[in-house]
Amino acid sequence: MAWAHQDKTAIVGIGSTDYYRRGKSWPRTINDMAGEAIIKACKDAGIAVTDLDGFAYYSTAGAGYKDKFDTASLMETLGIPHVGFSASLTSGGGGASGAAGLATAGLMNEDCKYVVTVMALQQLPEHRLGVVFGASAPTPENSFLQPSGLVGPGHLMSMLARRHMHLYGTTRDAFKEIVQATRLNTQGRDKAVRKNPLSDDEYWGSPMLADPLCRLDFCLETDGAVAIITTTTDRAKDCRHPPALIHGCAHGGAREWGRAFAWMGMQDPDFASSGHKFVADRLWEQTGLTARDMDCAQIYDHFSCMVLMQLEDYGFCEKGEGNDYVLSGAIRYANRNSVTGACPVNTHGGNLNEAYIIGLTHVTEAVEQVRGDAIHQVEDCEFALSSGGPASLPVSGLILRRA
Amino acid sequence: MAYGPARALPGKNIKISTNPDTEPFWLAAKERRLTACQCGNCGHFRMPPSPYCPECRSQDKVWPDLPGTGEVFSFAVCTRNPADGSEYVYVPVVVALDGTNGVHLVTNLYALDADDVEIGMKVKVGWNPIQDGWVLPIFEPAEPA
Repeated sequence: MAWAHQDKTAIVGIGSTDYYRRGKSWPRTINDMAGEAIIKACKDAGIAVTDLDGFAYYSTAGAGYKDKFDTASLMETLGIPHVGFSASLTSGGGGASGAAGLATAGLMNEDCKYVVTVMALQQLPEHRLGVVFGASAPTPENSFLQPSGLVGPGHLMSMLARRHMHLYGTTRDAFKEIVQATRLNTQGRDKAVRKNPLSDDEYWGSPMLADPLCRLDFCLETDGAVAIITTTTDRAKDCRHPPALIHGCAHGGAREWGRAFAWMGMQDPDFASSGHKFVADRLWEQTGLTARDMDCAQIYDHFSCMVLMQLEDYGFCEKGEGNDYVLSGAIRYANRNSVTGACPVNTHGGNLNEAYIIGLTHVTEAVEQVRGDAIHQVEDCEFALSSGGPASLPVSGLILRRA
Repeated sequence: MAYGPARALPGKNIKISTNPDTEPFWLAAKERRLTACQCGNCGHFRMPPSPYCPECRSQDKVWPDLPGTGEVFSFAVCTRNPADGSEYVYVPVVVALDGTNGVHLVTNLYALDADDVEIGMKVKVGWNPIQDGWVLPIFEPAEPA
């Protein structure tokens, strides 16, 4: 059954700072960068910053993993006169795409008129995400994880990748193809951190961080900020750009995936998966669409192997066939009209190559694709998928539609 | 690529904390007994231990002595000591514990070459003394290579 709020809200503005390699944004501060992204997103939307009256965060309103956004502080900093909606999806980056659904909840409840979703992060040495588990004090729960030396999210995901390789014959060649294919999409993209095409030698020479994953399978560690503005489709008519209609949006997940990042209790087939099937099924049910209808897919790529598993969970290929699907060239932008079943993935380069702002860049790229002003524009792009996570639940997905 | 011997992580760098739900696991480990949290009502195993059985909501817990063996469900090979970044080959592993219908324990494999680890390999528990007098269950091959 179609979603009651389908196409009733839209993303109308996007903004971002420059992207800095980890720690290099200093002496800027988190609120400095968040403010720049919000001001630019409002300008892109054609609204005044003082029109904002809603905040829809994800990652538990986290800015990175140590800092926190505070609505009152942002109101004070930017002179936002009043706020009628201030809420966050819980857990971490899994909510990146779902925050637009949270914004929709506020808008449809008539709590607010213009909602901002913002992510900023600054990974000073003591705030580094890649080793977040190892650096934290042991709680009774993570005392069952941390002593094993799984120091960061990539180390955990390497376990999933290994199981996937065991069950389905998946190869590191497929992980390499994901990194190489999406690296090509940063060419001509001034703000991207990594712009040179990635050679086979470079990939195979990359040090193993948690075998079967090498450093190039791990995403970038970036500083910067991204913001998006969501409003009702009626109000969007007065904005600068064609609206990116929120056609479907879901967050959540199934218990079998659970606390995946901090638990490893999943059994087959959930263990070697992205945990996105529940959200994917909801999106397809909301919209009556399938993966085949997507003109591009901005897939959360903190680790290359998890792109492959999401492609399976969203149905771009069958479960267990991600290896062959990827190696067919189906995710390459250049092959979008020539390979059977092709769907260009991470046309912005993704977390692996452009920047890692905890997945909000995937939403901004999906917006640009459906409004027709992307750098690597897919012709006649009607539907763009973006995803948040795999991570501890909730994870999320978003389908944007061209107006 | 040859990694060579996989080692246990130095216990002096490992610290845990407990709460009333988890402490029986660690108290058993101190006595070199491997247990897991089992529901006293329906028999379902769960790890880490938690206040309710997710299957039947019972708060009754039992802590049976397990065989101390299991099977490698998945693993990674890492080469840097988490404590100081120095070269150090260790193998984080998810072990499906025998006697539990496959509940998982996240631990380490040692006493073998990291290159020889395989999913499905039979393993048995060993013990790594860590900070504050606690003991960490870790695993080695059930049969010597």
